[in-house]
Amino acid sequence: MDKSSDSSTPRGEGWVWFTGLGLIIGLGMVIGLLSLVVMNGVTVFWAPKVPVALVDDGRTIIGQLAQRRIRAGSPADHPRYELQYQVGLRELNGNSYLWVDEAKIKSESFPADVLGLERVENGPAFVRPLSLRKSDGKLIAITDSAFEPAFQAEVAAASAVREKLVEITRHRIGDVNEEMDKARVALRRAEDLKLAAEIADRRRQIAGLEVRFASLQAEAKKVVEGGAVASLVSKDAAGREVVVPLTQVIRAWFPNRLDTWGRVQLFFSRLGEFIFDEPREANTEGGLMPAIFGTLVMTVFMSLMVTPFGVITAIYLREYAQNGPVLRIVRISVNNLAGVPSIVFGVFGLGFFVYVLGGSIDQLFFADQLKYNNNTPVFGTGGLLWCSLTLALMTLPVVIVATEEALAAVPRGMREASLATGASKWQTIRDILLPASAPGILTGVILAMARGAGEVAPLMLVGVVKLAPTLPFDGSAPFLHMDRKFMHLGFHVYDLGFQSPDSDAARPMVFATTLLLIVLVVCLNIGAIWIRNRLRARFKGASF
Amino acid sequence: MPEIMNPPSSSRIKVRPATEREGRKDYISIRDYGFWYGQKKALDAISLDIPERQVVAFIGPSGCGKSTLLRNLNRMNDLVDDVRHEGDITISGRSIYDAGLEVISLRRRVGMVFQKSNPFPKSVFENVVYALRVVGVRDRAVLEEACETSLRKAALWDEVKDRLDDSALGLSGGQMQRLCIARAIANRPEILLMDEPCSALDPIATGKIEELIHELKDQFTIVIVTHSMQQAARVSDRTAFFYLGKQIEYDTTEKIFMNPSQAQTEAYISGRFG
Ligand SMILES: Nc1ncnc2c1ncn2[C@@H]1O[C@H](COP(=O)(O)OP(=O)(O)OP(=O)(O)O)[C@@H](O)[C@H]1O
Ligand SMILES: [Mg+2]
Repeated sequence: MDKSSDSSTPRGEGWVWFTGLGLIIGLGMVIGLLSLVVMNGVTVFWAPKVPVALVDDGRTIIGQLAQRRIRAGSPADHPRYELQYQVGLRELNGNSYLWVDEAKIKSESFPADVLGLERVENGPAFVRPLSLRKSDGKLIAITDSAFEPAFQAEVAAASAVREKLVEITRHRIGDVNEEMDKARVALRRAEDLKLAAEIADRRRQIAGLEVRFASLQAEAKKVVEGGAVASLVSKDAAGREVVVPLTQVIRAWFPNRLDTWGRVQLFFSRLGEFIFDEPREANTEGGLMPAIFGTLVMTVFMSLMVTPFGVITAIYLREYAQNGPVLRIVRISVNNLAGVPSIVFGVFGLGFFVYVLGGSIDQLFFADQLKYNNNTPVFGTGGLLWCSLTLALMTLPVVIVATEEALAAVPRGMREASLATGASKWQTIRDILLPASAPGILTGVILAMARGAGEVAPLMLVGVVKLAPTLPFDGSAPFLHMDRKFMHLGFHVYDLGFQSPDSDAARPMVFATTLLLIVLVVCLNIGAIWIRNRLRARFKGASF
Repeated sequence: MPEIMNPPSSSRIKVRPATEREGRKDYISIRDYGFWYGQKKALDAISLDIPERQVVAFIGPSGCGKSTLLRNLNRMNDLVDDVRHEGDITISGRSIYDAGLEVISLRRRVGMVFQKSNPFPKSVFENVVYALRVVGVRDRAVLEEACETSLRKAALWDEVKDRLDDSALGLSGGQMQRLCIARAIANRPEILLMDEPCSALDPIATGKIEELIHELKDQFTIVIVTHSMQQAARVSDRTAFFYLGKQIEYDTTEKIFMNPSQAQTEAYISGRFG
């Protein structure tokens, strides 16, 4: 053996290291990203101790530490830090967040009476309570041992009232309003067509609805008035008196008094709210239920649409189409479709699906609706259906390519065996090729889902909104409202991160929402992978 | 009854004398048949008659066109792009290229067993009854009955009767091949084509399949491609020897192995080339 071939081995080793390095960099970036999101996303719900800090200039701060960073312009060898506190009480302080030079903090203590409040409006508050004014007017001082149980009871009572109110105003009055809108459209139509009987009917219906509306409003008023008017009297860091009506309080906790178990409970209570509740305060607070639901429903629909389309197309391309230049051009085009920027699909979706398709659907099936409802479109505006379709179109190439590959990978013997028994081509495809290539097809669907679930840009054009008043799914027929606009986690991240008026308050929510989006996509994928593996297991186990 | 004979050229091959049975002598008739893959001529001027309910073996060196001819009998080669043929093949007097004859119905009459066993990734039961499902049989009793008869004929019933619902991919190689035979005969074709059915099997499984061929020929006309002289001699009534796409000799197996008229045939069966 000569020297030159000998020396090739170490050179080859170099490439091994090089590829290994690539892997490490890639892995490092992924792990870094995930840990950043997980760390920041999870700690949002954790309640740390809340200090009372005395600052050089005589100020007192009560607030939860939010960030610590190097001051701009401080020397690199002696970095000076500044701290950001979330002090809450936006209505008094103007801003819930506050930056303080770390060096200027004289002392920090953690008194047990610091109270954290999550409020319906104006964000959180950190105060030192003085007394509780109960609904019957009695005052209980903080020093009284009856304070805490009475306080918790009043908070619970107040939140029951609030929930009842939401139920009445948002849901029941909402339903009445919706019915009213429909009835008015029907009335206008009847008047236009001079259908005397129907006019009378509709008028009666509307009158009935108005009565219901009034009675619901009265009920709501009664709830407000009859409910707890208890309030908490406390003072803030500057010593000002703050009176918070308990109907405003969503959650109250003594951050410096909680044991670990209490903090864990609080953590899960907040997490639960985040996942199952509706958003508040320009989406910076409350839960993400509508967005989670919207993302999920949209992704599932997209998969349901893209799979048959893609599979059918691939079957034609692979099994029926004549090999030749046309087929080659079609294949190249399909592959290039995968490289088109997603916003282009959004524009196409808006131009074609929404305006052309949706517009025609409205003309054909909702002409009355258009005519008698101020030209309010039904399908001729963005909505769940168009979002799913747009993303289905965008992810179509993934499914086509995966299916074609899966079909090609079915052993030739299997295909021949089927044809040799006298099966037609279609029977062979349906009974042999499709089942055998199902795992491969599902791999394509998984990739499509992963891509579709995280896509935002095109959706902004074809139906995702910042705040949707209703879910696309509810109890009224046809239960699933494909024409409705909906919320989406990806858009939510964008909206919180870049469109929010209070970026400090939005920051933790951005991470939490991102984490949620990742978890959702991972869950969807795990589900699909699980199905695929079960399919695969059926085709394994050949022994020779 | 097998006998040991001492032919001049192949001393250790057992030959069964041709069995004479009722049936058309020219059941399958191949006339001046030529076949091209693109520009390449794979078969040239083949003419032979295959009698009903007999076993005919195709032998010859690799690449001589045995599989090509076999696969043309049920028009499996239609699946290959850019092929063309000349001459004609008739079965029961009717051309397989007859425009009125659908290739699907041809394939229902001409079953095929491949060299590499190719069971479907389905249960044993579904594999066997596939040909019946394809023609729309839904009656469970009929399917079960057909499954059992075919598996019995394929000498597999006792081995798999308790695992009919298990995946066919869990069977052994020999069992799979017999399953493929069961599948091929489930819809009672008239002709069974076998392309080296035993090439991947051990001697015991091979023996079973050869026994099977003996039994099946009461009902089917069988054409088998084989590389084993012994096998051709053991199972076939007539043998055709091909070389480079041409038919060199076609006669009773006895004659081919004991007294071939062509020198090339003699050279091949005695192992001097191939
Ligand atoms: N699909 C095909 N396309 C082009 N040429 C082919 C094709 N199939 C077979 N051939 C060619 O036709 C000739 C005959 O092939 P065939 O498969 O019939 O041989 P064979 O006798 O069965 O050989 P073996 O004993 O190795 O199976 C060979 O030269 C082969 O290369
Ligand atoms: Mg062959």
